[in-house]
Amino acid sequence: MNIFLFMISCILTNNFIFSKFLGCCPFLGVSSKVSTAASMGLAVTFVMTIASFFAYMVDQWLLVPFGLDYMRTIAFILVIAALVQFVEMFLKKSSPGIYSALGIYLPLITTNCAVLGVATLNVTAEYNMLYSVMNGFFSALGFMLAIVLMAGVRERLESSKIPQCMKGFPISLVTAGLMAMAFMGFSGMV
Amino acid sequence: MTILYAALCLGALGLVFGLVLTFASKKFHVEVDERVEQVKACTGQANCGACGYAGCEAFAQAVVEGKAKPNGCAPAGAEGARKIGEIMGVAVETGERNVARVLCNGVKGVAKETSRYDGYRSCVVAADIAGGPKACRFSCIGLGDCMDHCAFNAISMVDGVAHINADLCTACGACVNACPRSVIKLMPISQKVIVRCRNSDMARVARESCMRACIGCGRCKKECKYDAIVVENGFARIDPEKCTRCGECAKVCPCNCITVE
Repeated sequence: MNIFLFMISCILTNNFIFSKFLGCCPFLGVSSKVSTAASMGLAVTFVMTIASFFAYMVDQWLLVPFGLDYMRTIAFILVIAALVQFVEMFLKKSSPGIYSALGIYLPLITTNCAVLGVATLNVTAEYNMLYSVMNGFFSALGFMLAIVLMAGVRERLESSKIPQCMKGFPISLVTAGLMAMAFMGFSGMV
Repeated sequence: MTILYAALCLGALGLVFGLVLTFASKKFHVEVDERVEQVKACTGQANCGACGYAGCEAFAQAVVEGKAKPNGCAPAGAEGARKIGEIMGVAVETGERNVARVLCNGVKGVAKETSRYDGYRSCVVAADIAGGPKACRFSCIGLGDCMDHCAFNAISMVDGVAHINADLCTACGACVNACPRSVIKLMPISQKVIVRCRNSDMARVARESCMRACIGCGRCKKECKYDAIVVENGFARIDPEKCTRCGECAKVCPCNCITVE
């Protein structure tokens, strides 16, 4: 599979939110404003890319040689949590600009299932290191696309006339469902 | 045996990460000036943004770095500015406290209503839709955008007009920016005599739309011995510098639009 097709497949066809249903919590929780949604998307991209790299290393050099592949989940959680902590400290020291832009979203991602999901999916799909990292990066871009689109829709929903009982979360869930259906149109493309 | 391996492996992984993080927290330790926290404690802590910074934390940071003035926090008031000055070791000048005043007195039954507004409860929206329910296009619409923006619960709606509690108001200016009609203005708190109307329509039109509209007749101006009243754009305005708060103008106003607090 060439890299361009792989990218399209990660961003559109196998979109993390709309076809794998991973990372739905921030998708609904932090999508009320486009600017915050974009920050969240950036933070997720950052963490997912690095996490796929480190999870690959831990898996190949520690878990597989010792025959401990059944411990992947817990080991990956450990890796991701430590990684996020480390990255946060590093950013705070070296580039306060990025640190304040990502803000609260960086620590929030520690427990995001999209990050753990990409690490586990990399292993099951048996990607090599390059493809693992690319999968992490492009899937995160897909996540960012989805969350920014959703935020755009929700900003407009704010000022539109909606029946009382559908206001807030109900209409957001309906919107998410419609968007997922639209993205399903990409399936079979790659 | 497998359990031992598992435990050892995970333990080792945890230990390595723990050590790396400990090392990193020392290595990447960022010195935070303790004055930042102290200054932040003296501010209004409402993140209202009146100072022009992203929040109280950012303002405190700027004060410590010398970029912002210690008296930049409106909600903290004179007392807060003095405390911040003490922390920073500088003398602080504080002017008189400002307070937001609503320049409309068109309560229900006084201001004529041309329509019934059933739409989204927001002044901004109502102002865009045929100018809201009241006939006067300079009136307080009364749907409470200012109330929603006030971080200090100083604003309430009384008979369809915003009412600001001067004791709670910190003059942060959030309501001034929120009002689509620019009905709210910041004034020195000692300015007790206020012309509560900004209607610049012709006298007849103004009078038809509201019983308490200023028609710009100029009787207050004639009555004022201190030359403190200016009539321009069809309504009277009191100059707080010259006004002695005698209240004579309020007595002669034929429309009762000048009030004394």
